[in-house]
Amino acid sequence: MSATHRTPSGALRRLTLVEGRLLVRERGTAFFGLLFPGVLLTVLGLVMPWADEPFDAEDPVLSQITAITAYAPIVLTLAIGTAALSTFPTVLGTYRDKGVLRRLSTTPVPPSYVLVAQLLVALASIVFAAVLAVVLGAAVLGIGMPTRPLLVVAAFVLGATSALALGCLIAARARTAGAATAAGMVAWVASMFFAGVWLPLPLMPEIVRTLSSWTPVGAASQAMAAGWYGVGVPLQELLVMAGWTAVCVPLAARFFRWS
Amino acid sequence: MEPAPTPAPTPAPAPASTLPDDTVITVSHLRKAYRDKVAVADVSLTVRRGEIVGMLGRNGAGKTTTVECIAGLRTPDAGTIRVLGLDPTRDGAALRERLALQLQESELPARITVREAIGLYASFYSDPADPDELLRDLGLADKAGTQFAKLSGGQRQRLSVALALVGNPEVAILDELTTGLDPRARRDTWAVIERVRDRGVTILLVTHFMEEAERLCDRIVLIDDGRVVATGSPAELATAAAEDVVLRFRVAGEVPAGLLERAADGATVTRQPDGRFEVRGGEGAVQDVLTALSGAGLRAVELQLERGSLEDAFVSLTARPLEV
Repeated sequence: MSATHRTPSGALRRLTLVEGRLLVRERGTAFFGLLFPGVLLTVLGLVMPWADEPFDAEDPVLSQITAITAYAPIVLTLAIGTAALSTFPTVLGTYRDKGVLRRLSTTPVPPSYVLVAQLLVALASIVFAAVLAVVLGAAVLGIGMPTRPLLVVAAFVLGATSALALGCLIAARARTAGAATAAGMVAWVASMFFAGVWLPLPLMPEIVRTLSSWTPVGAASQAMAAGWYGVGVPLQELLVMAGWTAVCVPLAARFFRWS
Repeated sequence: MEPAPTPAPTPAPAPASTLPDDTVITVSHLRKAYRDKVAVADVSLTVRRGEIVGMLGRNGAGKTTTVECIAGLRTPDAGTIRVLGLDPTRDGAALRERLALQLQESELPARITVREAIGLYASFYSDPADPDELLRDLGLADKAGTQFAKLSGGQRQRLSVALALVGNPEVAILDELTTGLDPRARRDTWAVIERVRDRGVTILLVTHFMEEAERLCDRIVLIDDGRVVATGSPAELATAAAEDVVLRFRVAGEVPAGLLERAADGATVTRQPDGRFEVRGGEGAVQDVLTALSGAGLRAVELQLERGSLEDAFVSLTARPLEV
């Protein structure tokens, strides 16, 4: 192909920085992606009467933690879902729709750089939102910290990866900005349901919990909960997330439309 | 190679050794179809260094597909293309360092500022132009901090040109640069294109505006229905298609019946509803008409002489008017 051709190494870094700045500039998106998980956790913890009560007095494990502590890993899935399924596919769909990707394809830089830059920005915003939520939870609410932090981090990383892979697939095929937004919203609402954002998973029927453990964000929620306050290794959930990533990434790469 | 009259502030074009002659773009017998729709049936053209060549044709004639093939964004079904000695399909990445393609309807992220956009695009090239100087050249210096969404149509087009030029290209393809602009912004953009040429950039200008092609282009390639129907300078095209001149005049007094018709050998004489005469034909015949008038003691007043225009050329070559 063009082995002698050299693309300035700064291009990807520059592109990532600009994309990051653009995200922050979009106030609504920035609020929901970066601040909302932390704000939601804090407000619920301060306002809700149930926040400081044992999560489930009957249950030997759940009686040991407060309800708001149980909500902490769930809020982290909100950070993952918003960035990976709502913001990321919408931005890429808009870029395709408006010819931003087409214009890039006329430069020496391949348009895939903007995909990579967007992924890096999404990852950074997920980490930022999660860290902010945990710090606020610990400082303001005094939530319990994970008993097995490494497991939580592993589940968090896998969850973010699998959700971004799903977001890539949506972004790959959505014809217009509107289609990307709509598909992303459906995936986001379903994911948040299965992650227990609307109603914590332990309060849901068995069938919903089983279904949830097969979705990327639902599996992340359950695996993080296990690492935060549960027992045992959530092997199935970790494998499910790895599986979603392994399926969605090659599909997205195969079917990605640049214009 | 034409020698540069003065040392240019911008980097000089590639040394002549990279090319056997001064031909920058060669397209021969290009063909491209989308499923069963033939967008380009048979297009051949050449662009020489330093020229502004206009690719003129109505919407859907196959202009954009042709330039996308030239830039390596699409793979031709048949035919060969060489740009600066490179094959766009094989050497796309190397070509895009040296060729700029400004596409119609390519936007930027709504909230990116002019300065960010030009800085970002500069980072894509190994030898970029100075972004600040480029913004000054294109009259965007005072808009550097403005977000893309807040720019006017003309400002967006100028930014688009700036982004195309920031890589210091040797060739720039500008596609429908002035479509959707008001007449004032269109004229401003023309001035920009002339300044681009003055920087030593060879330009292929895609347009469906006759006036634009006439004003800017050294040569024009007329495309209709996926084929080249004519090439030449604007004046050549106009005269080739319309060798006749049109003379309009009024006569003070009564013209004897048949006088003009007899004198106008091979030309047609018509009387307009407003009483004016219109003689259409070769220069000799038109003069004979005036001589006959004068011989009859009459005088032609309000004389108007018109030559065939590029517009006439287009109509006669494609059998349809350009603007649709």
